[in-house]
Amino acid sequence: MSELTDTAVQSAAARLVAEETSLLRFATAGSVDDGKSTLVGRLLHDSKSVLADQLEAVESASRRRGQQAPDLALLTDGLRAEREQGITIDVAYRYFATAKRRFILADTPGHVQYTRNMVTGASTAELAVVLVDARNGVVEQTRRHLAVAALLRVPHVVLAVNKMDLAGYAEPVFAAIAQEFTATARRLGVPEVTAVPISALAGDNVVEPSAEMDWYGGPTLLEHLESVQVAADPAGDPVRFPVQYVIRPQSAEHADYRGYAGQLASGVLRVGDEVTVLPSGQTSTVAGIDTMDGGEAELAWAPQSVTVRLADDLDVSRGDLIAGAPAPEPVKDIEATVCHLHERPLRIGDKVLLRHTTRTVRAVVKDIPYRLDVETLERAERPDELGLNDLGHVVLRTAEPLALDPYAVNRRTGSFILVDQADGSTLTAGMAGEAF
Amino acid sequence: MTVATETDATKPGSSAATTAGNRPYALSHLDALEAEAVHIFREVAGEFERPVILFSGGKDSIVMLHLALKAFRPAPVPFGLLHVDTGHNFPEVIEFRDRTVEKHGLRLHVASVQEFIDNGRLRERPDGTRNPLQTVPLLEAIERGRFDAVFGGGRRDEEKARAKERVFSLRDEFGAWDPRRQRPELWQLYNGRHLPGEHVRVFPISNWTELDVWQYIAREGIELPQIYYAHEREVFARNGMWLTAGEWGGPKDGETVEKRRVRYRTVGDMSCTGAVDSEAADVQAVIAEVAASRLTERGATRADDKLSEAAMEDRKREGYF
Repeated sequence: MSELTDTAVQSAAARLVAEETSLLRFATAGSVDDGKSTLVGRLLHDSKSVLADQLEAVESASRRRGQQAPDLALLTDGLRAEREQGITIDVAYRYFATAKRRFILADTPGHVQYTRNMVTGASTAELAVVLVDARNGVVEQTRRHLAVAALLRVPHVVLAVNKMDLAGYAEPVFAAIAQEFTATARRLGVPEVTAVPISALAGDNVVEPSAEMDWYGGPTLLEHLESVQVAADPAGDPVRFPVQYVIRPQSAEHADYRGYAGQLASGVLRVGDEVTVLPSGQTSTVAGIDTMDGGEAELAWAPQSVTVRLADDLDVSRGDLIAGAPAPEPVKDIEATVCHLHERPLRIGDKVLLRHTTRTVRAVVKDIPYRLDVETLERAERPDELGLNDLGHVVLRTAEPLALDPYAVNRRTGSFILVDQADGSTLTAGMAGEAF
Repeated sequence: MTVATETDATKPGSSAATTAGNRPYALSHLDALEAEAVHIFREVAGEFERPVILFSGGKDSIVMLHLALKAFRPAPVPFGLLHVDTGHNFPEVIEFRDRTVEKHGLRLHVASVQEFIDNGRLRERPDGTRNPLQTVPLLEAIERGRFDAVFGGGRRDEEKARAKERVFSLRDEFGAWDPRRQRPELWQLYNGRHLPGEHVRVFPISNWTELDVWQYIAREGIELPQIYYAHEREVFARNGMWLTAGEWGGPKDGETVEKRRVRYRTVGDMSCTGAVDSEAADVQAVIAEVAASRLTERGATRADDKLSEAAMEDRKREGYF
């Protein structure tokens, strides 16, 4: 009925709401034994994002299960089956905030339906935290995590060497793991790795600096998450604006209004810019950019949602792409790296629907040149099919041309999904171009 | 320890080249959340035949309507509203609902729990709460209206079962949610394909927290029903919550009514939605209060979520929103 508040919490709250902050979407990867749930619990708990009633619920559930200490993993296992089996089934999203940033954490489970879940979590992540147990070092799982992060082009990778308390807080242990991890990351084309020695259980270097590792001069994990610059500067990227919806009020007040609503996938769009509408290839000029507040803007940038008016009366509809130079060449033959997500395998000759930005077209699987072993990165040539969680390369032929960019240069216009024509299931995640 | 793994760390686009200096194209968290929600509204408008917005008159559905208005401006919102009326509503909220519908020229569909009780298709529960009774009228309204997309104001931060739900959540012909058979949802590619009879629940503000909603209300100057702000009210205590007296069956013997200064954090059925003691009379005071609160929104004010560890998951499996 009444809530306990104290001055410390209130002053933290005052800082928290003082101004608008930035948003970081990140994903965690690690098998259960690496202490991922403990780390997530620690981040939420030490950033004061676990509230009293949630903690109370965890404490009483832990007692019912006969556990001595509150099991922070219960904070994150949301489904009946997960709690019953003590495993995490599916990606869950967590939210926490500090005075500097809001965080959306894609909490991806470690061992069930593995690759598919991490691909899902990594697809929207700007940063991935890969956990390694200090006692075990870089193992098969680590290489798999790293390969998926690299494949999905997650811009920043953080290596969290966990359980440093069980490794005597020894610098050489950390240095050796960081070196091996960074070398693997370099081979995979990961642009940057930050390594932090932590103990999620004891709280070392997660939120508070460790008193046990004075040899480490870098930021705590949370400090790094708060300060890492993730939003790339859109000024250097070509404009990509998938048309979502045509706005035509047909009212007396807006009799001739025709605006193309969408969210900028990349680049900075300005009034007066010359653009190409794809796949038709017609060109025009941006006559106006209408904001959601009912005003007009001189420019808009990714990932803003706006409405664009063109100077010429073209035939533009949902599924078209308004592109700045250089515009992609629409093609019907697509080569892509894919992760198969469904129990039903993907085979040569399968007819599917392909969803790319706002456009859906029919497609056929022409070839599956190889399957990729995500740990060794070795190719198995000409597999019969791709099964659940398999990564591979496919060749597709579409019924209509698509304006794709390589995934390596544009995560939004280079990605697509394959959908079952009969029941609508999402079958496969695709990334245009070569994997590594 | 940060290691740039590229051989030339200073080339354009690498993090080393862009870490310093001001970023002219930064988006605040509210701008990013708004752009994402508007994108979701437009996707539904582009992909579905008959969408509808669930509207309770609570702050989350009011924010959703505000986002929908922004998404299609200067055209009107191309969706109607659907209110599941428990019959135990706060009068201020019903008044607000009707005024909103009028103001924006919207179409309102009402699914009435009272009607179902009156014609014998639902039975009143012994505890008097009607929240769990909403599922049947909701599903019938969806079927009758042939709605294929139903927007809900659910947020993943509300409850741990909700943290698992997709933005586009496929429901079968019985309206049921199967958490183990959800479609993976990657990038911003939302898959709304469904078979006849199935529908999709859509949650545009999935990624917002209670605090985000309040900061957005403040920034956009969105009007809310007055019960969200501190006011004098006659209440009585039950199960650790302050409840408002009403025809739904409170107070009972031994429960005494007293006058307190309170406000509501959520709006729902009067029988199970509690008020909190509060002095927060305006939006800035509410933001400060929410930020300092040590209780979650639902933990503080929703009796039905306390029924069991999986109360929300179980209701959602049956078709609840």
